[in-house]
Amino acid sequence: MPALRELYQEIILDHNKSPRNYRKIEDANRKVEGYNPLCGDHYTVYVKYENDVIKDISFDGAGCAISKASGSVMTSMLKGKTREEAEQLFAEFHKLVKGELNPEENMDHLGRLAAFSGVSEFPARVKCASLAWHTMYAALNNKETTVSTE
Amino acid sequence: MQGYSKDGTDRTNMTKADIDVVAPDIIEKLDRVKGCRHHFPLLRQRVNGKALVYLDNAATSQKPQIVIDSMMRYYQEENSNIHRGVHYLSERATQAYEAVRSKVQHFLNAASRREIVFVRGTTEAINLVANSYGRNHVEKGDEVIISGMEHHSNIVPWQILCQETGAKLRVIPINDDGEILMDEYERLLTERTKMVALVHVSNALGTINSVKQMIGLAHERGVPVLIDGAQAVPHMRVDVSDLDCDFYAISSHKVFGPTGVGVLYGKEKHLEAMPPYQGGGDMIKSVTFEKTIYNDLPYKFEAGTPNIGGGIGFGAAIDYVNNMDMGAVAAYERDLLEYATENISSIKGVQIIGTAKEKASVLSFVIDGIHAHDIGTILDSEGIAVRTGHHCAQPVMQRFGIPATARASFAFYNTKEEIDALVSGVHKVIEVLG
Repeated sequence: MPALRELYQEIILDHNKSPRNYRKIEDANRKVEGYNPLCGDHYTVYVKYENDVIKDISFDGAGCAISKASGSVMTSMLKGKTREEAEQLFAEFHKLVKGELNPEENMDHLGRLAAFSGVSEFPARVKCASLAWHTMYAALNNKETTVSTE
Repeated sequence: MQGYSKDGTDRTNMTKADIDVVAPDIIEKLDRVKGCRHHFPLLRQRVNGKALVYLDNAATSQKPQIVIDSMMRYYQEENSNIHRGVHYLSERATQAYEAVRSKVQHFLNAASRREIVFVRGTTEAINLVANSYGRNHVEKGDEVIISGMEHHSNIVPWQILCQETGAKLRVIPINDDGEILMDEYERLLTERTKMVALVHVSNALGTINSVKQMIGLAHERGVPVLIDGAQAVPHMRVDVSDLDCDFYAISSHKVFGPTGVGVLYGKEKHLEAMPPYQGGGDMIKSVTFEKTIYNDLPYKFEAGTPNIGGGIGFGAAIDYVNNMDMGAVAAYERDLLEYATENISSIKGVQIIGTAKEKASVLSFVIDGIHAHDIGTILDSEGIAVRTGHHCAQPVMQRFGIPATARASFAFYNTKEEIDALVSGVHKVIEVLG
């Protein structure tokens, strides 16, 4: 039960129920679909990317609470960031959900992302948490194809 | 209305005393089924601090002690390669392995041992038929019929065959309860149809298809039928002679045996005419660089050293199932399924996917606004193992317009107490995420 509470923290439950930036960006210049064939999570990430800055970022689609909350927290954190900053955060997030980063020691820059530390206790759910991030990464690197976690 | 005597078939006018004479026998039979639970050592463990509730039997069944022991004994006392050595151990292993072939023949009521081909599992059995029979009978413009509730293993091999030959894959639609539309099936059966491949019991929905009737309809037009029986054999007696199917595919691990072993039953006339699927040792009579003479049935289709230890374990599993009263097992499981259906469907926000009139022990469900994966994780924290996802049947999910379901699937060793635990677990899911 403690592990379960760690996984479904209040922030995650809140972002699952009312996901932020859950919309299309009509004039997005980057748009990539992300798909997790194992459980059917399926999202599209939209980015308005200009002069190396993420002017706007959003997502829509369907999936579990972890994947949806992750897309919501990610989009709310990345607005205004450069590609390098976004990728650095992704690298840290990836370490966090794999249990390779202590959230307490990195609170200053992890912020709300720390809520995903509980995922590391559930190896099957790491892909759910990372899906939106992989998709964002592909969008910034101008990969047009669909991203798959498999 | 006049009632018949006690031993008659009409019990409409029976008195309570009469019923009491009948009932204890049934109760005793059902208790005997329930009593088998202790044969399965794995079920005694605790998961996440709770007693394990294993409800993922459609993915794989647990193994009784005698199956585990038989494999250990094989490796401790008999291990040797088969069909090759003249030495004592090789003879012993060959005899033990070949005895399993006869057990399978009787288990499925096949006409001959020659019709029982050992493979890795249902998937390999279907691939064998699609490759060997399919490539020799299906041409451009022909059609292969499958149903809308097939597992990927009974879709993809036919899709590959159709792509390579230029044939068309036709799909029989299913209704909202998850039943095959028979009228549509009859409409799809034409002179272009060269093969029908159907699932006996759906792994995602639990539907038991009227395969005997469907085989008859195909045969009227001279079309052979393959049945994917992976989910059928754990729940019912299957008689391939009575069904009159041309091919029947099963996996050992779904029916209390080990993984990595399965069987393709094929009518001898088909198997005899089919070319080999894989080449190698054991499937030949003689080899020169110019020409190879293939072995007789069924060895023609068994290239390479098989999973001998797994085969021995499968034999023990068949012995185990043969010792059970399958009528009582079916009655017990029907009772479990009814109990689970009633209790799960009465929870607010829960919808059952797959409500066919004829169903085996599968209960697929969705909860409003909650993804199946989250259901699975929260149930797991309560020690309850269910499958979540698309169950290797994505077209079924698309048919119902859902990304995934949570699926509880039962075996005769499950109990009503475990279903009560599932019901509490679902309430907890809603409490956490609702």
